[in-house]
Amino acid sequence: MDIKSTKYYIYWLFCQFELITCSYLMEPWEKLLFYTFNITMLATLLYTAYVFVPGHICSAFQFFFHLFGNQHENTVSIVK
Amino acid sequence: QKNGVSNGTLYKKTFIEHFEQAPMYVAVLTFLGFGVGTIFGYLRDFMRAWGLEKRNIATEREEQKDFVPLYQDFENFYTRNLYMRIRDNWNRPICSVPGPQFDLMERVTDDYNWTFRFTGRTIKNVINMGSYNYLGFAETDVNALKTVTIELQKYGTGICSTRQEMGTLDKHVELEKLVAKFLGVEDAMVFGMGFATNSMNIPALVGKGCLILSDELNHTSLVLGARLSGATIRIFKHNNMQSLETLLRDAIIYGQPRSRRAWRKIIILVEGIYSMEGSIVRLPELVSLKKKYKAYLYLDEAHSIGAVGATGRGVVEYFGMSPDDVDVLMGTFTKSFGAAGGYIAGKKDLVDFLRTHSHSAVYATSMCPPVAEQIIRAMKCLMGLDGTTQGLQRVRQLGKNTRYFRRRLHEMGFIIYGNDDSPVVPLLLYMPGKIGAFARRMLEKNIGVVVVGFPATPITESRARFCVSAAHTREMLDTVLNALDELGDFLHLKYSRYSKSSHPELYEETRLEFED
Repeated sequence: MDIKSTKYYIYWLFCQFELITCSYLMEPWEKLLFYTFNITMLATLLYTAYVFVPGHICSAFQFFFHLFGNQHENTVSIVK
Repeated sequence: QKNGVSNGTLYKKTFIEHFEQAPMYVAVLTFLGFGVGTIFGYLRDFMRAWGLEKRNIATEREEQKDFVPLYQDFENFYTRNLYMRIRDNWNRPICSVPGPQFDLMERVTDDYNWTFRFTGRTIKNVINMGSYNYLGFAETDVNALKTVTIELQKYGTGICSTRQEMGTLDKHVELEKLVAKFLGVEDAMVFGMGFATNSMNIPALVGKGCLILSDELNHTSLVLGARLSGATIRIFKHNNMQSLETLLRDAIIYGQPRSRRAWRKIIILVEGIYSMEGSIVRLPELVSLKKKYKAYLYLDEAHSIGAVGATGRGVVEYFGMSPDDVDVLMGTFTKSFGAAGGYIAGKKDLVDFLRTHSHSAVYATSMCPPVAEQIIRAMKCLMGLDGTTQGLQRVRQLGKNTRYFRRRLHEMGFIIYGNDDSPVVPLLLYMPGKIGAFARRMLEKNIGVVVVGFPATPITESRARFCVSAAHTREMLDTVLNALDELGDFLHLKYSRYSKSSHPELYEETRLEFED
């Protein structure tokens, strides 16, 4: 069953996260605190990426377009 | 008489040791784990200091608050916040003989390892991979212990005296003669406790004005004995003969620190097998260095006597050298002989000196007779003096078990430290979270292991240490190896980058091509 092995894989990844960050050893209230902090940080990161990254990519694209000097118009004139 | 070694080198057989380093991401993740643990440790300390949480551990009283703080150093911080969380994996009480399988008392905790209570049940037949039972002499078989019961009924259990007063029995004299014969030296002396043998006899042999060159990873008993003696101590890198030679040359050229006189004695303290690394000392090179620079050699064979060598006589036999090359041969009876106590063996002058000058002989109670008889019967079995070949069979079985266990673990892809012939097998775990998970899950599968972390090992190299025994059958080792395989996949412990395929039997099918 593909769903079962994917679910087991995700559970295994979660176990690895727990072992590496020592949250396996924490008491339940500490785990709550730690996961809340992590999820908040992750959500903030994703929200910032959603808001700002397209704008950054557009301005980077425009910068490189002007740097390589309007090649689009040149090629059109030669073909014509 | 042999015709000589083929290419004339010091080593008659190949010396293969592994100390593989894990990939970089493992070290980074280990530090990450410790970082998170430390942050939560500070949080908990803050809560305890401000009264938000009950204080379970020792703290200072109100009147002591203005004095020097007692519990602020890193070791206490680590104990309170990290060790306490996984404390249930150590000090587990056992309730049977520590043979290849044993019984554990079941223990639960209600408040996260601050207190334990026993449920009253025992966990039966847990496979024992932690006891130092190399030759399997920790047994309760009535036939094997016949002589011990006779001596127990003849002498009782207590000695009630020290060696120099009225504590030397005929059993001790018999045992000392037997130990000297076993090792091939002139004389030997036995003591009641192995740790005390080192810590009480090194001060008798060296004093102020002498130089001790001690290996980096020596056992605490050797370190304590060296410090108590008052001699100057210099440390050389673990099993590194170049480092030792540099120190020896400096010692002989420059002499004592301020007066520049020659050192009264230079003694080198090493162990036969190092119990945390599983490495064997480079004895041929060491002996040639010692002869060149005229130093003395003190070899602590606690883990190697009975466990290595063709007939179990330790590292001296393993390398094919003569026992006259080592000045002081020390060992313990705790590991391979199923008893307690230690011995020092060597030339007759040395042992006579120790009989009069050792602190242990003057003040410590001597070995009790049933224990001495157990050692005598184990040694007679090893030497073949009881008429059977059982001793040699045990040594061979240990060698086979060791090689099989290490080979399979290497094939599976774990990082194992140490020499290929040493029965001590450290398996590296690295991350603090995995120490607890590993030990608990192995116990659920009915296998008892010993895990070691800081401060016994460097902080990033925590490990699980297996002690292979001659009493383990192939089935037991296979059970353990299968459990390790599963657990290694689940906990992602197979860090080795040099392993061969983990399931070689799948690739050994012969391919037959038929013409069609």
